[in-house]
Amino acid sequence: MSDTFHLDGAEVPFESGQTVMQAALAAGHYIPHLCYHPEFKPHGSCKLCTVKVNGRTTASCTMPAEAGLEIESETEELNALRRTLVQMLFAEGNHFCPSCEKSGNCMLQALGYDLEVHTAGFRHLYPDRPVDASHPDILLDFNRCILCELCVRASSEVDGKNVFGLAGRGITKHLIVNAESGQLADTDIALADKAMQVCPVGVILPKRVGFSIPIGSRRYDERPISAQALDDAPRQSAASGGCTACEE
Amino acid sequence: MVADASMRMADLDPILERRARDPGALLQILREIQELRGNIDTATVTYLCAQLGIPRTRIEGVAGFYSFLNLQPRGEYRVLFSDNITDRMLGNQSLLEAMCHQLWLQPGKVSEDGLVSIATTSCTGMCDQGPAMLVNGRAITRLSLQRVQEIAQLIRNRTPLDSWPADFFRVDDNIRRGGLILDNKLAPGDALRSGLNIGEAGIVEEIKKSGLRGRGGAGFPTGLKWEACRNAAGTTKHVVCNADEGEPGTFKDRVLLTRQADLVFEGMTLCARAIGAQHGYLYLRGEYRYLLDPLQDVLQRRRESNLLGKDILGQSGFDFDIEIHLGAGAYICGEESALIESLEGKRGIPRSRPPFPVTHGYMQQPTAVDNVETFCSAALAIQMGADSFRAIGTAKSSGSKLISVSGDCPRPGIYEYPFGVSVREVLEDCGATNTRAVQVSGPSGICIAESEFHRKLGFEDLPTAGAFMVFDDSRDLFEVARNFVHFFAHESCGFCTPCRVGTSMLKSTMDKIAAGHGTRFDLAEIENLDHVLQTTAHCGLGRTACNPVLHTLKHFRPAYENRLKSLDFEPAFDLDGALARARQMTGRDDAGAHLKTEET
Ligand SMILES: Cc1cc2nc3c(=O)[nH]c(=O)nc-3n(C[C@H](O)[C@H](O)[C@H](O)COP(=O)(O)O)c2cc1C
Ligand code: SF4
Ligand code: SF4
Ligand code: FES
Repeated sequence: MSDTFHLDGAEVPFESGQTVMQAALAAGHYIPHLCYHPEFKPHGSCKLCTVKVNGRTTASCTMPAEAGLEIESETEELNALRRTLVQMLFAEGNHFCPSCEKSGNCMLQALGYDLEVHTAGFRHLYPDRPVDASHPDILLDFNRCILCELCVRASSEVDGKNVFGLAGRGITKHLIVNAESGQLADTDIALADKAMQVCPVGVILPKRVGFSIPIGSRRYDERPISAQALDDAPRQSAASGGCTACEE
Repeated sequence: MVADASMRMADLDPILERRARDPGALLQILREIQELRGNIDTATVTYLCAQLGIPRTRIEGVAGFYSFLNLQPRGEYRVLFSDNITDRMLGNQSLLEAMCHQLWLQPGKVSEDGLVSIATTSCTGMCDQGPAMLVNGRAITRLSLQRVQEIAQLIRNRTPLDSWPADFFRVDDNIRRGGLILDNKLAPGDALRSGLNIGEAGIVEEIKKSGLRGRGGAGFPTGLKWEACRNAAGTTKHVVCNADEGEPGTFKDRVLLTRQADLVFEGMTLCARAIGAQHGYLYLRGEYRYLLDPLQDVLQRRRESNLLGKDILGQSGFDFDIEIHLGAGAYICGEESALIESLEGKRGIPRSRPPFPVTHGYMQQPTAVDNVETFCSAALAIQMGADSFRAIGTAKSSGSKLISVSGDCPRPGIYEYPFGVSVREVLEDCGATNTRAVQVSGPSGICIAESEFHRKLGFEDLPTAGAFMVFDDSRDLFEVARNFVHFFAHESCGFCTPCRVGTSMLKSTMDKIAAGHGTRFDLAEIENLDHVLQTTAHCGLGRTACNPVLHTLKHFRPAYENRLKSLDFEPAFDLDGALARARQMTGRDDAGAHLKTEET
């Protein structure tokens, strides 16, 4: 027997140790998210997953699930907050989607569409972020980095390498690589690394594979992110209470 | 080559030795290297990677987080002007300009000969004797044009700091009104003995009964915190004294650590007894580096008197000692979980809570974090008994409070009052006249106007961490708010989206209004930013970052509206201005080379 909480009125079962996000996704309920990745420890920095718990707003990816919580997520108030956060991330970097190899496969862009972000909202900051093309097989386009730290976590936790790290503070916070030269070519990154696969936007790209699938036929061109995020989440078997079958 | 490199690094070995090459001491190691060499260059980082066995991303990540650590050379003399609004009101900007002029350099840049750099830093906690600066991390107070010129001359002559006039470095206590804490006559060990008499659980009970609430800002009941920590599972526990004192306009912890260090340590030791902790840490902000040696002396004296160390006061098994950690220029490290990260030698990023420090603090072990003044008050509450302590102050705010008064008044300094004193009384005592507004509890606190001067300091009405900045009717409250907004943008740790980006957006909006390009749309944007920050920011910094603007807008809306264009929208981007370079290059300045500005 597991405990349950309510998410937008629906009863969601959870196991002890799960966060609200983990339990929700496992039970087939989508909460928008960006820095959360089912294979990594929750980070809690993008705040897109903000929900209202008993009247207080909090990040659902780091909030431990508790029995009896009343949680709101799919409300206009919360989606308006999420829209602003997406606008902030767009304004903070340099995102020229039409020329981006990740277009159509990018979570930020997909969230923008899904949340109906129709305007820029903010003056763009146009930061100066030179690309790193030093590596023979891999390109780093920092212009698109949203500082979710997924590559940092993947490289240290899965690859055992620490290729990536964060430096600076506040708005000057930025991604760095583990080399005296500061160049990716001088790190021990490899194409097969987990860190190559986790970037939700178009920063870490293998070279020479540009546009093999045309824009328009890419992942989020087919179905919105809200529908697909559930495919990635580890689902519980029917035995533990999560209903996988009736969701789609 | 290799031998050559380690030769050049030989001066670092004593530092590494002293810290046992412990990666957990990374911040302290970097801080000491910075002090020794003036920066931490690429080769040094490479050497540290090998010596500490950690990736360079970690070292560069930490070094890049703290303002006082420089990965690039910043000159033999690194001058940082304190840039709180109180320093501004005392003319720091013209002093900075004068000094730059005299030394032939631009603010923020290093002089071509590599001698000196001049920049600004957040409030250094000398608001009662500003304008202030730090030179190579050492505090200098009471700047005047003459003093700045003398300093420039000393720098030009490459005079070592130790030979500069001692008066430059004099820090006055400026105690204007004493009370329970400042006038106490306890001898070292008195309060501790009282605590030992009532027993470990007795200390917690007494603190609970005293009604003592945290003095660091949040006002959490101290007894409940100690009780939770005492009951937390685990045998290794920690006591942390928060002496980060980064809230602009606050300097009472500086004075307590100068005048009442024994009382602070006594409070920490009582807490250790109550919760069963063995290790104590004083997290001292880098700006108060000059207090390090005197505080170490006090700790040593206490060890020698058996007030610290093993079997304290002959109680077998009561072992407790205190270490001092220095910060390195990061306001966010005053937030207790960021402080703990910093103690662990990391970037000062606030943790996700729960779990809270009382169960998962330093090294994931139970930790009680309290403010300097809280420990002083706790020691006194134990010494005098909960009932007598409770008798001071008001029903929900027992005891007394140190107020750091600065700004427009003839007698800035430290005032101790029983809780419940009104803003007006403080203004009268410090001699302020024609006061337009008071910023209570710093930029993250509240700005109040004359109609509210009857309000009382205390948890019932106006909670405060101690800052009390006075603005008279010659001051422009818009500029005050703008200074605070710049402060938050500079100090945002950058972890969460809303604060990292939102504080920058807020700053650029305030700058846009200051430049005369603001519109009603911008005021609406500020209100929206406030909502987003309050509801989604990860910690208190982001959640309060819009307060200065909202409070001044509430009371002093004309200060904003006078600056607005009557339009609903005005681009921040100046199209005609952008053509200036093209005009210069083509040597044109005729009407055709200008874009028409829109009619108003
Ligand atoms: C951004 C931020 C900065 C803070 N700075 C300080 C500080 O400089 N000193 C302090 O004692 N508390 C500071 N605090 C409050 C601490 O997080 C914590 O509540 C306090 O140290 C607890 O001690 P107390 O219960 O004795 O007040 C800060 C909080 C935030 C959110
Ligand atoms: S490079 Fe990609 S994965 Fe790494 S922090 Fe930036 S956005 Fe996240
Ligand atoms: S609110 Fe600001 S200071 Fe706090 S975690 Fe977020 S970015 Fe850092
Ligand atoms: S998904 Fe929860 S904060 Fe990013």
